[in-house]
Formats: sequence, C-alpha cells, structure tokens
Amino acid sequence: MAETVTLKIRRYHPEKASEPYWQSYEVPLRREWMILDGLNYIKDHLDGTLSYRWACRMGVCGSCGMMVDGEPVLTCATYLEKLLPGPIRVEPLRGFPVIRDLVGDLDDFIGKLNKVKPWIIRREEEEKDPAEGEYLQTPQQLEEFKRYSMCINCMLCYAACPIYELEPHFLGPAAIALAQRYNMDSRDQGAIERMKELSQDEGIWACTFVGECSEVCPKDVDPAGAIQRYKLTAALEWYKSLLLPWRKQ
Amino acid sequence: MNPDYKLYHPKWYRRRIPIFWWLQRLAYTKFIFRELTSLGVLYAAILILVQVWALSQGEAFYERWLAWLSWRPVLALHALVFLALIFHLVTWFSLAPKAMVVRLGSWRVPDRVLLLAHYLAWLGATALVFWGLKGR
Repeated sequence: MAETVTLKIRRYHPEKASEPYWQSYEVPLRREWMILDGLNYIKDHLDGTLSYRWACRMGVCGSCGMMVDGEPVLTCATYLEKLLPGPIRVEPLRGFPVIRDLVGDLDDFIGKLNKVKPWIIRREEEEKDPAEGEYLQTPQQLEEFKRYSMCINCMLCYAACPIYELEPHFLGPAAIALAQRYNMDSRDQGAIERMKELSQDEGIWACTFVGECSEVCPKDVDPAGAIQRYKLTAALEWYKSLLLPWRKQ
Repeated sequence: MNPDYKLYHPKWYRRRIPIFWWLQRLAYTKFIFRELTSLGVLYAAILILVQVWALSQGEAFYERWLAWLSWRPVLALHALVFLALIFHLVTWFSLAPKAMVVRLGSWRVPDRVLLLAHYLAWLGATALVFWGLKGR
C-alpha cells in the first residue's frame, strides 16, 4: 500500500481570489484514517489556514459533511483507503453558498427548518399540566416516526438534491422529513399548521422524486419516502376539503 | 490579493449550475430519462384516442390508419415508445412503495409485497384487456 495519498481540496479565499481553486496536499495513508483525519493532519502539520467544520468525529453531530469525489458524505465516516489511488477530491457541500474553503452557509436550512415547526404542538385546551405526568406512547406509535427522528441535520440530502440547487426556495428533504417526524408523533396536534408550509409549490410539490436524498443519508432517515408519503396525505386532505367543505379541520 | 474584496464584507461563493448537471451522476441521468419517458406515456394515450377517432371515420379510413401503423418507420418509433413505457412503468412501480405505507392490522406490508401487488395488478389489467379483445 502507498504510504501517502493526495487530497485535492477546493479552497476559497475571497480576499485572495473571487473564484475557488484547487490545492493538493500529501497526507499519510494510515489504516482506519478517515477523510477528516487527513484534513486534521493538513490543518495541524501542513497548512493551518484550511477551514472546515467538524466536532464529534463519530457520525453524530452532522458537522463534517462534504463532497468527496463528487459524493456528499460525512468525512468522519469515509475511509481514505476506500478511495485509493487518489487524488481524493474534497469540496464543500453542493447547493450552499461557500463562506471559506470547505465551510458552507447553512442559514437557509435553519430558516426553513423553523418554518415547519419541528416541535410538538398541542392545542391549548388539551395541554397537560406537567403534574399530570407525561404523554404516553406505545412502541408501535414510536416506530411510526422514529426513523425520521434520527436526522442529524448533516445536509448531505440537500447536497444530493438537484432540485434544491435549481430551486433555492424548495424547503428541502431534511426539513420535510423533520416535519413528518412531528406529524406522525401521536402526541402532536400541529399537522394542520405544518400543512400550510409543506403543501406548497416550494414545499413537497417541488420534489420530483430524484430519490438521492435517501441514498446518501448516513442515518437511513429516508427523506424521499417522507416527502412522497406526505404528498399522498396532502392530496387526500385536498380532496376531503373539496368534497366536505364544512368539515372541521 | 483580490482587488474586489472589501475587508469585513465577506463574499459568499455560489457555483454556477452547469446546463448538463444531470450528467454528473448516474442517478440524475436516470431521473431525467424517467421524466422524459412520460412523453412516451402521453404519446401512447394520444395514439389510442386517435385510433378510436379513426375507427369512427369509416372502414376505408381505418384501413389506411392500420397501413400507417404497420409502416416500418412507425413500427420502429412505436417499439421505442414501448421501451420508454416499460422503463417508465418499472421505475414508477419501484417508487410506489416509498409513497405508500399499507397496514393490515398491526402488520406493515413489506415493500416487496407492495411491489408484487402492483405488478400483479398490471398483469391482471393486461389479461382483462386481452380477454375483452378476444371475446369480441
């Protein structure tokens, strides 16, 4: 096995140049080193100006998502060894404006996530007093939404979605999957409120079911499935409102 | 140094999306192809309507219509349309279990069973059409 591997990194320093450029670094090829270990090696030993995000190094925080050889991945969970012989191309996540080097601006997602109200909503009159105890749930009710609750906001699904890049107003896969996480929670009563945001041209109906968001998800959340399921729900609601206009929502 | 750069005024970089973005990943190309095959579906639907209309125009007209249908270039085109329809059907069916969660009591019907049900329904509908044609 070769002793080193080349990491070809997409760098962007607006004070130096208005366009990004490529820079190559040789990093040691150690067994069980991830792309992130290679980046940390560059930062510590070769070039301290390299900027990127990371935190937990164990696939939980969702900070270190980048494009590696054109695929959106968590760099803490992608072996250098698997991408030999190199050079391995590392770029910032696609679809987001680049602030510097491998750091993207994710504010757009945070704003959209807030729009879909990703928290449990209860009708005021049905809110339980904390002294009355918790809202109970069966394992089956938990199973309904558990998959969607595994999202770590790593943004790989956004980077894999061509629609998000082409239509920046699109809510995007993770925001819709997280909305579904609450819609399907037996304790939640906010589905109608969320529908106003979700059943819009820039909501679920912008999705053309490319399906790549689910393919790249490191937590098997299946946002594409969540969106298609919601399309069915929204369509049925629309028919119901058409046929039974007097129905109370 | 970049002469356009202003201190404390950071400038985000936004990539220009290439016109052939859909060739960058095989999955995107397949997706575009799947969307394009819906034109084949549209064509087939119009063809059936025209066939019904041709039938209403009398025997001589219908004979000419049949002759046009058996003209080789038209046969070749229709072979392509048929392939597009099959591709559309297979990809469409493969996506269906994603959108549908069917429960029988507490048992969630697995995706493969749902997929099989779709194919069986398709075969059933085709058999029904053939049986109807044969009965005439």
